[in-house]
Amino acid sequence: MSWQVEVDAHTCIGSGMCAALAPEWFKLDGEHAEALAKDVEPDEIVLDVADSCPAMAITVTDHGTEIGPRP
Amino acid sequence: MTATHTEPLAYPFNEEEGLALNEAYAAAREGEGMIRVQLPYGDAAWLATRYADARLVLGDNRFSRAMASEHDAPRHTPANNSSTGILSMDPPDHTRLRTLVAKAFTMRRVEELRPRVRELAEQLVKDMIAAGAPVDLVEEYALPIPVAVICELLGVPTADRPKFRKWSDAALSTSSLTAEEFQANREELRDYMRGLIEAHREHPGDDLMTALIQARDERDRLSELELVDLCVGILVAGHETTASQIPNFVYVLLDEPARWEQLRNDLDLLPAAVEELTRFVPLGAGAGFPRYAKEDIEVGGVLVRAGEPVLVAVGAANRDALQFDTPETLNFARESSQHLGFGHGVHHCLGAPLARLELQEALRALLTGLPGLKLAGDIQWKTQMLVRGARAMPVGW
Repeated sequence: MSWQVEVDAHTCIGSGMCAALAPEWFKLDGEHAEALAKDVEPDEIVLDVADSCPAMAITVTDHGTEIGPRP
Repeated sequence: MTATHTEPLAYPFNEEEGLALNEAYAAAREGEGMIRVQLPYGDAAWLATRYADARLVLGDNRFSRAMASEHDAPRHTPANNSSTGILSMDPPDHTRLRTLVAKAFTMRRVEELRPRVRELAEQLVKDMIAAGAPVDLVEEYALPIPVAVICELLGVPTADRPKFRKWSDAALSTSSLTAEEFQANREELRDYMRGLIEAHREHPGDDLMTALIQARDERDRLSELELVDLCVGILVAGHETTASQIPNFVYVLLDEPARWEQLRNDLDLLPAAVEELTRFVPLGAGAGFPRYAKEDIEVGGVLVRAGEPVLVAVGAANRDALQFDTPETLNFARESSQHLGFGHGVHHCLGAPLARLELQEALRALLTGLPGLKLAGDIQWKTQMLVRGARAMPVGW
């Protein structure tokens, strides 16, 4: 049971939102953020991060179904 | 590691008139460690002036905004205006509120507003031409654009602008308002917003205020005071900074006619120009919103002890040669900017996509409608405000 997290490097503006909000799942070393792991345990904070990203560059899927950012 | 516990320097450094970056910043950036500064009130603080240090402090959750309300926070005014506002919160409270409003300000949603903003800016240019030069660019152009946009988005009557301008000015003022005066002003603004919220409860609209009311009444996601303060915060932050930056950008471009011409000849450069201008213009009179260390943490060769505040000089960090080639040059062709003009980390400007769009469209309508734009009198600068900019800027064409 895991979710998949992806950060679109083209869309990412490096705001630092994700890495600040959930350093256990995201990092921002250079210009673009990265997910530390592609598969993550279901965790509300990951959806919060996807919702909060000003570039909407983060997608969370649950076995192919997009669950974040939430509508 | 250096322990520079010398006498703190009096802060802020910048002159209120004009947009120059005080030379004390370059000295601080090139020196070792961070320097100590003392604002008129509150604790002495560390000042981060280098890009890497600034980004660390803004983006690391070992630094707290919420702790500022438990300390004698560095500030310009006697009143320690700790508030329930979103900029004074840490995760998870901050996250709870931010996610409620983030959707309204994503690039995708904001882009839908572009035709409306363009129409608004073009109409205001026509009105200025009809009125005849000289015209005050602040009153007739820079304020009406962001005010109309944020009012429509939030659900506030645009006609109330004179009312909330006074409160909004006071909220960002660094003049010596007593604690009582500050409180009274804040309560007036809150009461005004409470009235609007009640009206929206009775007659829901297709606006952000209605959506936030539903989040409170139907899903209990925020308290009534949080709802009021969030709406106040969006209204104030949603227009004051953009209204300052439109004339600031014009001022910088008129001072560098080659850049103005470059944009006139190639409007596709506007997005890059707005990024570069946001980097280049040191908007802040000083540095506000101190971050308190939750634990001992090393920043730029200095050990910041738990409970010590750090201020971030964004304007200085945005001119750090370690991050930006020839940082003192206005250059629309920078490969990538990553400036901190909209902040960084969890408090990265909620309205950044909207601000970008408004600034692009505001410049575009001037470049196309008033290509011969020029200053037509003395600029009157704001004084005793957190942000710098013209209070009045007479222009002709």
